[in-house]
Amino acid sequence: MELHKLTLTEVAKMIHKGEIRPHEVLIDVFKRIQEIEAKVRAYLTLIPDKAYDMARDAEDAIFRGKKDILTGIPIAVKDNICTKGILTTCASKILYNFYPPYESTVTSKLLKQKYILTGKTNMDEFAMGSSTENSGYHITRNPWDLERVPGGSSGGSAAAVAADECIAALGSDTGGSIRQPASFCGVVGLKPTYGRVSRFGLVAFASSLDQIGPITKCVSDSALMMNVMAGFDPLDSTSAPLDSADFTEFLGQDIKGFKIGIPKEYFIAGMEEEVEEAVKQAIHLLESLGCIPIEISLPHTEYAVATYYIVATSEASSNLARYDGVKYGLRSRGEDLLDMYMKTRSEGFGQEVKRRIMLGTYCLSAGYYEAYYKKALQVRTLIKKDFEEAFKKVDFIITPTAPTAAFKIGEKIDDPLQMYLSDIFTISVNLAGVPAISIPCGFTQNGLPIGLQIIGKNFDEARILQLSYAYEQATPWHKMKPNL
Amino acid sequence: MQYEAIIGLEVHAQLLTESKIFCSCSTQFGAEPNTQVCPICLGMPGVLPVLNKKAVEYTIKTGLALNCTISPYSRFARKNYFYPDLPKGYQISQYELPLCENGYLEITIDGEKKKIRIKRIHLEEDAGKNIHDPSGYSLVDFNRTGVPLMEIVSEPDIRSPKEAALYMKKLRTILRYLGVCDGNLEQGSLRCDANVSVRPLGSQEFGVKTEIKNINSFRFVEKAIEYEIKRQIKLLNNGEKIIQETRLWDSFTGTTQSMRSKEEAHDYRYFPEPDLVPVLISEEWKEKIIKDMPELPDVKMERFTKDYGLPIYDAEILTEEKSLAEWFEEAVKLGGKPKEISNWIMVELLRLLNEDGKDITSCNLKPSQLVELTHLVEKNIINRNTAKEVFEEMYKTGKSAESIVKQKGLTQISDDSIIVEVIKEVMDKNPKEVERFKNGEEKLIGFFVGQVMKLTKGKANPKIVNELVIKILKE
Repeated sequence: MELHKLTLTEVAKMIHKGEIRPHEVLIDVFKRIQEIEAKVRAYLTLIPDKAYDMARDAEDAIFRGKKDILTGIPIAVKDNICTKGILTTCASKILYNFYPPYESTVTSKLLKQKYILTGKTNMDEFAMGSSTENSGYHITRNPWDLERVPGGSSGGSAAAVAADECIAALGSDTGGSIRQPASFCGVVGLKPTYGRVSRFGLVAFASSLDQIGPITKCVSDSALMMNVMAGFDPLDSTSAPLDSADFTEFLGQDIKGFKIGIPKEYFIAGMEEEVEEAVKQAIHLLESLGCIPIEISLPHTEYAVATYYIVATSEASSNLARYDGVKYGLRSRGEDLLDMYMKTRSEGFGQEVKRRIMLGTYCLSAGYYEAYYKKALQVRTLIKKDFEEAFKKVDFIITPTAPTAAFKIGEKIDDPLQMYLSDIFTISVNLAGVPAISIPCGFTQNGLPIGLQIIGKNFDEARILQLSYAYEQATPWHKMKPNL
Repeated sequence: MQYEAIIGLEVHAQLLTESKIFCSCSTQFGAEPNTQVCPICLGMPGVLPVLNKKAVEYTIKTGLALNCTISPYSRFARKNYFYPDLPKGYQISQYELPLCENGYLEITIDGEKKKIRIKRIHLEEDAGKNIHDPSGYSLVDFNRTGVPLMEIVSEPDIRSPKEAALYMKKLRTILRYLGVCDGNLEQGSLRCDANVSVRPLGSQEFGVKTEIKNINSFRFVEKAIEYEIKRQIKLLNNGEKIIQETRLWDSFTGTTQSMRSKEEAHDYRYFPEPDLVPVLISEEWKEKIIKDMPELPDVKMERFTKDYGLPIYDAEILTEEKSLAEWFEEAVKLGGKPKEISNWIMVELLRLLNEDGKDITSCNLKPSQLVELTHLVEKNIINRNTAKEVFEEMYKTGKSAESIVKQKGLTQISDDSIIVEVIKEVMDKNPKEVERFKNGEEKLIGFFVGQVMKLTKGKANPKIVNELVIKILKE
């Protein structure tokens, strides 16, 4: 059996029944990695030795009767999530040698269940990008078409899941960085409600927008992951003081009568016809399953991208100030302190990161703060209100995840504005803080996956997963595998 | 032309919390470099701050003591600038919504009371320390990074260096009373920056101000401001302009030197700290803090004058330090007479403590011992001069007054017959003086008393000696 192809739900069940042992799964996953990683290049760091140690720990735990849902499951982690003693670079040269002396809260929770870390996945540097082409190390290719990008910034995680180079993965989402690559790679990606999952140990890009979430092969896998990942963390002041929930609670339940909102602002010119068609088909299917489609309006949608690029870059300009060559990471030689700072940061950061630092620094500068940052915060409040209003009328909002399927490598790299627009449907969600998922909803004629975005009310992930599961079970998309 | 100085002070006070403001590292002063650090205060990637509630409480306490409005809703903000001692590249501080606003502190100058308004009090984190090694390397000690720091900003209500010094002194007293800061300028747990400008007397407009930093001792508060005022007046008198700038006080030369001009000033790019949620201060929390507030120096002073009938001067000195006031009250509670105890403290105890560079909390002498000593004097067991000697001994050794008196045989001679014997001996030895006295030189009484005290090694009861000398000489 090709164990690497199984879903988390399947592998966990087999491990629990004693039908397979964690190291068998791991061997299979690493065999797969060996075969195709040279093509896909989803990982920045692979840690086979450590992974086998972890598999042994998992088996030990199972032997002692301590079986948890993630025990022995090979999982890949995005390289901006700190893993103690394991290289964590954020795909940046400036952190080329950074081995965190601490563990992120999320991976601590995974560790407690004796998961197996396969390695750290590639990404756009500091999560800034939509194609993983901004990695300071190498690009990652889309498993469905090696000439195309996997999306970003969690492109490595999405590609690794799509290519069966792990059973599941962790990503992070600041403006669509889980959902858009999930959409491009034909997998499931959930951005939880802001505050649902602890950010402690997630290297900050934009603190008020960042969330860690799962990228998985199917909906129930995401629910299982969330059961472990979510919950209040005293180390993160912005984490929600909520008891942990069972995200699988509603899986398989009827979705009759769910009101699904279709925002008219989201079906815009510039969207690929095939994408629009696939999403409309999906809405029809949901309707046939008993959902009630309702046209809604999110009137401030057109300001979302501008607002996002002010809020996110402003926060980033401050969050990335710590990479100064003094304490860790890259230090370039300089004549004096200022020269050392400038050389370190000039040499350590890539183009896109520098662009955003400068943009954010500008937005926060004396004389511009009111016109940019403050104004952006005001618009952000309006965008949030759009969603509040909409959710008075509907239970979910359905949109495409991205306006296009995966684009070609190099196609947009020199045109940042075009690149930014690929997140046009996902960005508002981060500004509002609400949860959203991307699930596969079809393929283009070229065989590229298309993603459906389902946005829910705050902390309503379990219902999002319920709706997603119902759709998934009625469609064949999640069973399709790329031909590598 | 006559000029008037306009002074505002920005005071930074390190809070006496056990742990740092955003992590659980110790705040202890003087540890080996970089031994009180963790990923959070080192600003490592991905870590997050968690606010120390105690630090907020201490700030509210200070705000209440300084008559401020406590904001029900307050926010932290990031102050962005690059410096090696600032590991995150920004300082978490407060900008738009500080914890406390619009208060005042009352000083007494030349017997008059004056209110100095407090503009705001906010909470922030301290930076580390750069150490410039003689080998040419610059090193950073991050132990201090993240120690809670309270910034107290006054309105420009101060008009003279002396007022500034009084303000600082009073502020320090209050902070120490509250137990929120130990107020040590030399160690930097209390720091003072002064905004100074001058204007022609009678003018309503403010002149161009300079900011004086690095005032690292109490006596320099007055000196630095004094120098700066003179410097500015001299410039104006020479027809020159004052440049808005930051100047550093140099205690070696006794001058201020330009550090950076307004044009070179940082643009700190303040914005709300997204890693922390707003601080909400409920009425209940505030009430709870008010309940825990100690009696403040002004109130205590008033009470001392009323309840104990002390002169204002005594009450002021006794209430300058809470521990001293408590020491005094303990002694009174144990039966000491207030004025008597006050005299002993002010004349003897403070002198000895001062000589030793100690404060009352590290003093061997207990209030009960002083009370015992005053009782011995009252009961004429020892006289006042002997008591001073006993006091010093008690202060040094911590032994009881009685045991010292016994050990040294200092018991006062109050027995008339013994004293009469000695007086007669003195008269026998000094017939000329007896003669002169009898001829009307009454001031010689002092001489005879002195001789008697000398022969009794100071143990005779001086009052009795005095009476008996007069009586016998006049016989």
